[in-house]
Amino acid sequence: MDEFILEMRNITKLFPGVKALDNVNLKVRAGAIHALIGENGAGKSTLMNVLSGIYPYGTYNGEIIFQGKECNFNNIKDSEKTGIGIIHQELALIPYLSIGENIFLGNERSKYKFINWDQTHFNAKELLKKVGLKEDSNTKIKDIGVGKQQLVEIAKALSQNVKLLILDEPTAALNEEDSNNLLKLLLELKEDGITSILISHKLNEILRVSDCITIIRDGSTIETLNKGDKDLNEDRIIKGMVGRELTNRFPNHDSKIGEVVFEVKNWNVYDPLIEDRKVINDVSINVKKGEIVGISGLMGSGRTELAMSIFGRSYGKCISGKIIKDGKEIVLKNVRQAIDNGIAYVTEDRKSAGLVLTQDIKSNISLANLDKISTRHFVDDQREIQIAQEYREKLNIKSSSVFQNTGNLSGGNQQKVVISKWIFTDPELLILDEPTRGIDVGAKYEIYNIINKLVDDGKSIIFISSELPEILGVCDRVYVMNEGKIVGELSGKESSQESIMKCIMKNEEVT
Amino acid sequence: MDIIKNAFKKNMRQYAMIIALVVITVFFQIATKGILLVPMNVSNLILQNGYVFILSIGMILTILTGGNIDLSVGSLCALIGAIVGTLIITMKVNIVLAIVIGLLLAVLIGMWQGFWIAYIRIPSFIVTLAGMLLFRGLTVTMLKGATLAPFPEKFQAISSGFIPDIFHGLGTSLNFTAIFVGIIISALYAIVKIKQRAKLQKKDLVTSSLTLFATQIIAILFVINLFSYWLAAYKGIPIALGIIGVLILVYSIFTTMTVPGRHLYAMGGNEKAAKLSGINTNKVLFLSYVNMAVLSAVAGMMFASRINSASPQAGLNFELDAIGACFIGGASAYGGVGTVTGTIVGALVMGVLNNGMSILGVGSDWQMSIKGLVLLSAVAFDVLSKRKSRS
Repeated sequence: MDEFILEMRNITKLFPGVKALDNVNLKVRAGAIHALIGENGAGKSTLMNVLSGIYPYGTYNGEIIFQGKECNFNNIKDSEKTGIGIIHQELALIPYLSIGENIFLGNERSKYKFINWDQTHFNAKELLKKVGLKEDSNTKIKDIGVGKQQLVEIAKALSQNVKLLILDEPTAALNEEDSNNLLKLLLELKEDGITSILISHKLNEILRVSDCITIIRDGSTIETLNKGDKDLNEDRIIKGMVGRELTNRFPNHDSKIGEVVFEVKNWNVYDPLIEDRKVINDVSINVKKGEIVGISGLMGSGRTELAMSIFGRSYGKCISGKIIKDGKEIVLKNVRQAIDNGIAYVTEDRKSAGLVLTQDIKSNISLANLDKISTRHFVDDQREIQIAQEYREKLNIKSSSVFQNTGNLSGGNQQKVVISKWIFTDPELLILDEPTRGIDVGAKYEIYNIINKLVDDGKSIIFISSELPEILGVCDRVYVMNEGKIVGELSGKESSQESIMKCIMKNEEVT
Repeated sequence: MDIIKNAFKKNMRQYAMIIALVVITVFFQIATKGILLVPMNVSNLILQNGYVFILSIGMILTILTGGNIDLSVGSLCALIGAIVGTLIITMKVNIVLAIVIGLLLAVLIGMWQGFWIAYIRIPSFIVTLAGMLLFRGLTVTMLKGATLAPFPEKFQAISSGFIPDIFHGLGTSLNFTAIFVGIIISALYAIVKIKQRAKLQKKDLVTSSLTLFATQIIAILFVINLFSYWLAAYKGIPIALGIIGVLILVYSIFTTMTVPGRHLYAMGGNEKAAKLSGINTNKVLFLSYVNMAVLSAVAGMMFASRINSASPQAGLNFELDAIGACFIGGASAYGGVGTVTGTIVGALVMGVLNNGMSILGVGSDWQMSIKGLVLLSAVAFDVLSKRKSRS
């Protein structure tokens, strides 16, 4: 068992402006289940994308040695041929094709380019048996649940004689029963000699099935722990995941906090597509005047859904609960009403939902509050330009002029345009959803300064972020969310990366 | 020279279409041995293609909302023509009342299509394809397959009448009202432009050089006055041109200067962002189809007046001319990009092609093929030049 099936040596991967991976080393023993763990953005997925050829040879530095041979994959096909199968968080199945067709997609059982249906379904049946899925291979993918789809993906990988199976958060969307089945299957596959790399946030699952655990943080491998190590427990892993020094990346700020101005009580939201899936479960939060309240949690914990459902019901179905502003209950049926009641929401994804990229800076800034600069429906161009100029200077939006198309701006400057748009609506409560994602350190600092200035002017802020250091550096108080629930509330003093992680992880175990 | 070159590069797309229009015009001017631009034919060209201008103005609005086209406009022209024809010719209803009824029915029809497209979110292509069949079928049923004719003279005047000369030519054969209107329009244009520039100058926001600005204004003033002189040399301003001119002006102002106009562009550029900025995008989409139906009715009545009959075959392929004009004029097939002025240039390209080829006696089969190729090359040029500027 001491032979390594895979060695990744000194892998370094650069994205424009960011070092995503920095000399990462990973050794995986043949026939083991090897867990990879780290915060969002630590570099786990990037590493797996390098391994499976999604980032082709030459776009990274370092060596990949698989079964004793150095491999230079140019695409996924290459890595599949070698025996590496990757199953992504978002499943890559085609909903309107059958299970059998999906299993052999791109690898069709055929003769002279004509599909051999008998063989397709015969082979599919065998594979389904192997993964323990009791479904007819003619069933369409859209008619089976996520847990079963996951199994189809594994069957697909097995059909290509996979030797190393990579699973990226396979249980994130599964219920407990399906998760257990999946983990059992991994153990069975291990008996058959198939090696797995398991990426997961669920520590209890990892401790249960894996033989080795490698911790990645900030694009570097921190340590590898083995099953049977004396001090191997959850606290030890959490410490490894977050144990970094906080440097001076955040401006100093003392908030002058007043009365509670905004409250959400017993908020429940259902998924708009899947009928009985509760996305937000009995959430109650409040925000005080001049306060920055953080919402921390892993991706998919329901942070964005919470924010959007509050913001004029722009997400979800069957929403129930109360919104109270300045002691009075308000009902926000659409975005317009939310804006008119002094709420603003800076979206998570500025390109797909924040900006009109075909239009210039000034039109984007004025978009949510055109009434303010128009008389009898006519837009006052001069005033619009003047206002855009003001924000361009105040927020330091680097651009040739306010007539520049937002599509040509850098990420940080695009974000400043979106923030300008919402400051211009003169909100009392500003919800910022991942406002610093994908922008460089300097621009981040500027955005923190803008946020501090806003609360100094008496506004309130809800700050949603996946990055723990940022939450700690910016917020006065932190709510921790997991699986649609608030699982912890920490004041600025008592919150630390460890305490937040513990809230999340402890809750994972209970469910 | 460098300044002009730079400005040219920046507005390549806009100027390219104007240049293409000029080239096509010069080509037909030579090929038709000067017939294309004689005063009578210029009047004719406008009247013959009146429907393209009106329909393409409506079409650019629906395209702006996100590349939504309307295939039913040709059939709708025929249906409204048939309704108005039946009212006026068969039932002897008062002309003005008949026109009002036609417009109101168009509003209802637009609401019908807009409902399915904007609120039920059935793709516009499918809804308007259904409308295309439905309205054509209703037209044939209503007219029992036969042509209704003739309209009373008053109704014919919509397309064949001219605005009378209040100056009575001042003793010449020229129509001085036309010349006077040309002068007023050009004066207004110059004043508005100069004022705008002065305001920008105050805030140090001027982006183009003074020479370029002056050249632009002089060129446009020249074209306007030449055009009005040409009209004056024939019978003056056609009533239809008056209607078209007012529509162009109103819709240019609507798209560039008003809040609902901004909503149109924002929705087409990024519907999600528009929604999250508090814009009721369903309503914007709905109204753009109501508007399209009303303009179709105007075009349908103008066309019925021109051919002096309500025909079951009226309006065939009108939708294609209108959609083509929008895309030749620089609209994006994904929405959010395009202007009324650009569309008018596109419609003029279509118009000159229609008229020029007719004078040359080119058969309608070849006319179609050539228009198809012009549309493809215009859009291909757009796509390729964008790719070049990006790399």
